[in-house]
Amino acid sequence: MKILVFVECADGNVKKNSLEAVAFAHTMGGPVTALALGSAAQVELEALGKYGATKVLHAADARLNQGIIQAYASVIAKAFQDEGSDVLVLADSSLGTPVAARVAARVDASLASNVVELPNMSAGFVVKRSIYTGKAFARVELTKPKKVIGIKKNAAEVKEVGSNCPVTPYPVTLADADFATAITSSEKATGEVLLPEANIVVSGGRGMKGPEHWGMLEELAKTLHAATGCSKPVSDMGWRPHHEHVGQTGVKVAPQLYIAVGISGAIQHLAGVNSSKCIVVINKDPEAPFFKAADYGIVGDAFDILPKLNDAIKAAR
Amino acid sequence: MKILVCISHVPDTTSKINFTDNNTRFDANGVQFIIGPYDDYALARAVELKETSGATVTVLNVGPADTEPTLRKALAIGADDAVRINAEPTDSFFVARQIAEHAKAVGYDLILMGRESIDYNGGAVHGIVGELLGIPSVSPVMKLDIEGNKAKLAREIEGGKEYLEVNLPFVAGCQEPIAEWKIPNMRGIMSARTKPLKVVEPVSVDSGIKLKQFELPPPKGAVKMIPADNVQELVSLLKNEAKVL
Ligand SMILES: Cc1cc2nc3c(=O)[nH]c(=O)nc-3n(C[C@H](O)[C@H](O)[C@H](O)COP(=O)(O)OP(=O)(O)OC[C@H]3O[C@@H](n4cnc5c(N)ncnc54)[C@H](O)[C@@H]3O)c2cc1C
Repeated sequence: MKILVFVECADGNVKKNSLEAVAFAHTMGGPVTALALGSAAQVELEALGKYGATKVLHAADARLNQGIIQAYASVIAKAFQDEGSDVLVLADSSLGTPVAARVAARVDASLASNVVELPNMSAGFVVKRSIYTGKAFARVELTKPKKVIGIKKNAAEVKEVGSNCPVTPYPVTLADADFATAITSSEKATGEVLLPEANIVVSGGRGMKGPEHWGMLEELAKTLHAATGCSKPVSDMGWRPHHEHVGQTGVKVAPQLYIAVGISGAIQHLAGVNSSKCIVVINKDPEAPFFKAADYGIVGDAFDILPKLNDAIKAAR
Repeated sequence: MKILVCISHVPDTTSKINFTDNNTRFDANGVQFIIGPYDDYALARAVELKETSGATVTVLNVGPADTEPTLRKALAIGADDAVRINAEPTDSFFVARQIAEHAKAVGYDLILMGRESIDYNGGAVHGIVGELLGIPSVSPVMKLDIEGNKAKLAREIEGGKEYLEVNLPFVAGCQEPIAEWKIPNMRGIMSARTKPLKVVEPVSVDSGIKLKQFELPPPKGAVKMIPADNVQELVSLLKNEAKVL
């Protein structure tokens, strides 16, 4: 089985979730070709060999520096055919998921996104995917000879299994039609830990009373190398940017540790955090529904507890 | 301008999820169904465009007859007519093929839908429809303005957003804050009863997806409460018991 992995880069660096995709493909078995598009640091691409890539292709055309869905789909579908691949694996993301859809349609593959563990290949090719926003799972068989799989965070463990791999340039002929969508500008938080990739998330709700109090959460996040998140009303009111909104209608996170401060734990919020390994809830209301979904809880005032918690963590490290 | 809005008919976000028939069927018993929240944003934006620029809005659902109240609700919110493609929406590819067939026959300037449905969470229908029609697809779109034949969009990316321009026609997978959800008013509900709702038979499609079984996550263990004056204990539990620090 030949596997192609689309490796997503941000600012020239390979995204952490794409390393998981390479590890996932490696564990599935079979030769793994990793494909990166646009500007990407040579050392990072070579290092993909350590995580299981047996071949690394780089389509370095500058027009691919921006993640245009259609153009990416064309290049990946072409590589899939050139390499004679059976399976495409990629990490689900704001770019990866829509790209996977187009590629699957183009190469006539069975498509599954939100895959949470390695496929079972003992009888057919069965994947387990997360459905109902994390409230359930479905085991589905992918019956076409070709398959496209989008994986969720934590679907595979990133381990060093080999050594650096040389990078082969992958020349592409790009069609103007693939660039019908033009990115005119972008805004991006820099230097912060990205919420969907974070191992620890510190999240605040309406109980934080106002944007002026976010400093406390950010302090704690800094101590923990965590990303900050928030509940929907907090982003609706403009206290925090929309990309920090966690839940059913926002970002779905799957960190090792999710610390929820002043969030009541409405079912729509829980839908976005139920894949977290460990959940800590700090809320002044002992009846807050979030406690039922938590591993550890503290009933108390956020403004009193946050600075103390920050100090205690600093002391313990 | 002709706008098509594709909506899913999904369990209310507060629903408890259960399965029957040996975990092979969704248990709809006692479940309230709604327009998918992301689709609802797409619909709200389409109705705004109709109000400001005189577009017509067709709403489409791939589903069996019991989804018609959901389509009527979309008509009450402001869509002009509805199409139901009479089939179980089994997976992204199946649904996308049905939408693409309809869109090919009618010809729309703009096709909107949610960035994903909240039952299957595929996030793929917009991309597949775009591919099948050979037009651009953009998702997740959080802002959409039309100027003549051109659209200006904002797309959410991890940690920020990017601004794009694209000519019509194209497909967009939408999310907030593209518009605010609209609640149908009395006049809308009355007029929705007489707006046209056409039922179309599906085309046959092999998606290459076969459901084996549903599964619920294991139940969560009990929460450990820690006194507010002892955050040190929390830190030591996170370190030594949960091993997440
Ligand atoms: C279709 C739909 C989709 C939705 N999607 C989402 C989603 O994706 N994400 C999401 O978050 N919500 C979503 N919601 C909204 C959701 O139902 C809740 O309204 C929302 O999550 C509540 O946010 P909150 O917990 O911050 O605020 P509240 O419910 O107001 O809770 C505030 C909490 O703070 C506590 N508190 C107050 N002061 C303090 C203090 N000093 N110290 C400690 N604790 C304090 C209170 O006890 C309370 O529990 C959705 C709703 C619908 C209908």
